[in-house]
Amino acid sequence: MARFLVNRLLQSLVVLLVVSFVVYMLIGLMPGDPIDLMIAANPELTPEDAARLRALYGLDQPLLDRYWNWLTALLQGDLGYSRLFAQPVGEILLPRLLNTLALLAPVLVISLAIAIPVGIYAARHPYTKLDSLINLMCFGGISMPPFWLALLLIMLFAVTLGWLPAGGMGTIGGAGGVWDSLKYMVLPVTTLVLLSIGHQTRYVRAAMLEALRQDYVRTARAKGVPEGGVVYRHALRNALIPVVTIVALEFGTLFGGALVTETMFSYLGMGKLIYDSILGNDFNVALCALLFVTIMVLLGNLLADMAYVLLDPRVSFQARAG
Amino acid sequence: MSALPQGMAPDTGQLAAATATAALPSVTPGRLRWERFKRHRAALVSAGVLVFLLCLCFSAPLLAAALGVDSTSISLFKRFDAPSAQHWLGTDELGRDVLIRLLEGGQVSLTVGLVTAVFAALIGTTVGLLAGYHGGRLDQLLMRFTDTMIAVPVLPLLIILAALDPKKLPLPEALTGSDSFSLYRIVLIIALFGWTTVARLVRAATLAARQREYVRAAVALGAGNGRIMLTHILPNVVSPIVVATTLSIGNIILLESVLSFLGLGIQLPLPSWGNMLTNAQETIWSAPLLAFWPGLLIFVTVISFNFLGDGLQDALDPRSSGDKK
Repeated sequence: MARFLVNRLLQSLVVLLVVSFVVYMLIGLMPGDPIDLMIAANPELTPEDAARLRALYGLDQPLLDRYWNWLTALLQGDLGYSRLFAQPVGEILLPRLLNTLALLAPVLVISLAIAIPVGIYAARHPYTKLDSLINLMCFGGISMPPFWLALLLIMLFAVTLGWLPAGGMGTIGGAGGVWDSLKYMVLPVTTLVLLSIGHQTRYVRAAMLEALRQDYVRTARAKGVPEGGVVYRHALRNALIPVVTIVALEFGTLFGGALVTETMFSYLGMGKLIYDSILGNDFNVALCALLFVTIMVLLGNLLADMAYVLLDPRVSFQARAG
Repeated sequence: MSALPQGMAPDTGQLAAATATAALPSVTPGRLRWERFKRHRAALVSAGVLVFLLCLCFSAPLLAAALGVDSTSISLFKRFDAPSAQHWLGTDELGRDVLIRLLEGGQVSLTVGLVTAVFAALIGTTVGLLAGYHGGRLDQLLMRFTDTMIAVPVLPLLIILAALDPKKLPLPEALTGSDSFSLYRIVLIIALFGWTTVARLVRAATLAARQREYVRAAVALGAGNGRIMLTHILPNVVSPIVVATTLSIGNIILLESVLSFLGLGIQLPLPSWGNMLTNAQETIWSAPLLAFWPGLLIFVTVISFNFLGDGLQDALDPRSSGDKK
């Protein structure tokens, strides 16, 4: 177990280092130059001032040295300063991260709470009319352009019916409170649930079909276990192993959906932060936010591997460690 | 054969042949695949929808000429016109014909989807063949690289790549300045992340094919590595490539539309279904249907490609199909 973990952690660290390097290099190729932007805001600055600023921020050094300086500062806890938000990067990241987690946690709970029973039903009644209908709806969810789904929901619930706000995180000048925030979360959460539920239901159905075909299910039936016990105690427990793994592995996709959804609904999470900071040339924020998300995705992968081994005693660490 | 017209008396030889075929219909592998594909009704319908959409989009110039409209003429007197005999779907916020713009956007979106998928399949096939055939160190290296590409969050990285300043890259001015540059760029960057599924499938299929007798025979006959990979292994791993490539087209069109919607994909004056929706959030209050059509077309196209891929999987790869996904 320990050896496996250390191995995987080392691999993840290497991936993280590579991603940070590549992104750092790419960001140098983005349009605009931070010093030019500073000068543009203040006409009294002379070219000499600009050169001094460049030296002050270390921008006159070679790219590799700059990367090294940035990395060592990062490891010492100095994430840099955001030009766009006029705040240290660390102070921006944490609330945004919490907002995104507050969005994604209910999404995962709700979508799995629907996908698991629906998938089980479809697997127990394969090739029936209802199974086909479920399959059709799954394909619909998988094929939905995220921003269009958000637009449709805004059109229906915010524009036509006027039940829910079209975007934001709380009524401006309102009393605030939990209920107010919840009202603003309904549409983003619905969007993300509809986007992720199709894949999940198909995974559950496939895993259940596979499990119901196994010998131990036939044995359980043969010795007279009631059908509910066969399905839930024998088949489902085994079917959930691949489902848990895939849900953890799909975290990157889920986050991509969150980026679009947060942008559409002006929800102040990590996704919107990344989009805004890239478009606003706020490279310190973009770099750190992107690394944060990469860490979360890698953690998801690691959890998926661990869950696989922990949930299924047939899989040994030795076999997968290589 | 039973459809012979009544009253036409075939001579006995023909009759015998007809009975023989009726009793023992010729079953070629292609015929079998077609039979399996036909059983997947959604895939059959989707194939029809896609052919129709492709024909419709690429006949946009004809339709525009017939209706006497074009997608570029801006007229502020004709903003948000209701559908009419001339403008079948009305006009947009700049008075342009919505239908013709939709079809031209479709040309771009479908081209991006198809070209990127082929491009990504080429990269994936190369990586998968090399890793599966050579094995050992090369396999480990390539698969670690593939795993890394799978592990990174794709959309934020695509946004960075799409936002790069082309003038800071060593590219000729004629290319970066052209209207189609955004199209080349999006094909390239999506293909950069889209090859991993094909690579893994091809690697697995190659590992299996490498052990087969015909490959050993080829080795014994002194065939070179390149020849074995291309003429002996590749034809035997085509099915997973075709299935995975078809299934990837829908995803690619979705990614393109998201990037274009965010203003980072296909750039004006080139229309695409995604960038037609960029202003939709402002126009949903005044003209909700403008936001409806491009999204509907994306949805129909993507779901059709997904069903088509599902049907192809049933047809070409029956062992791994349907229930086991």
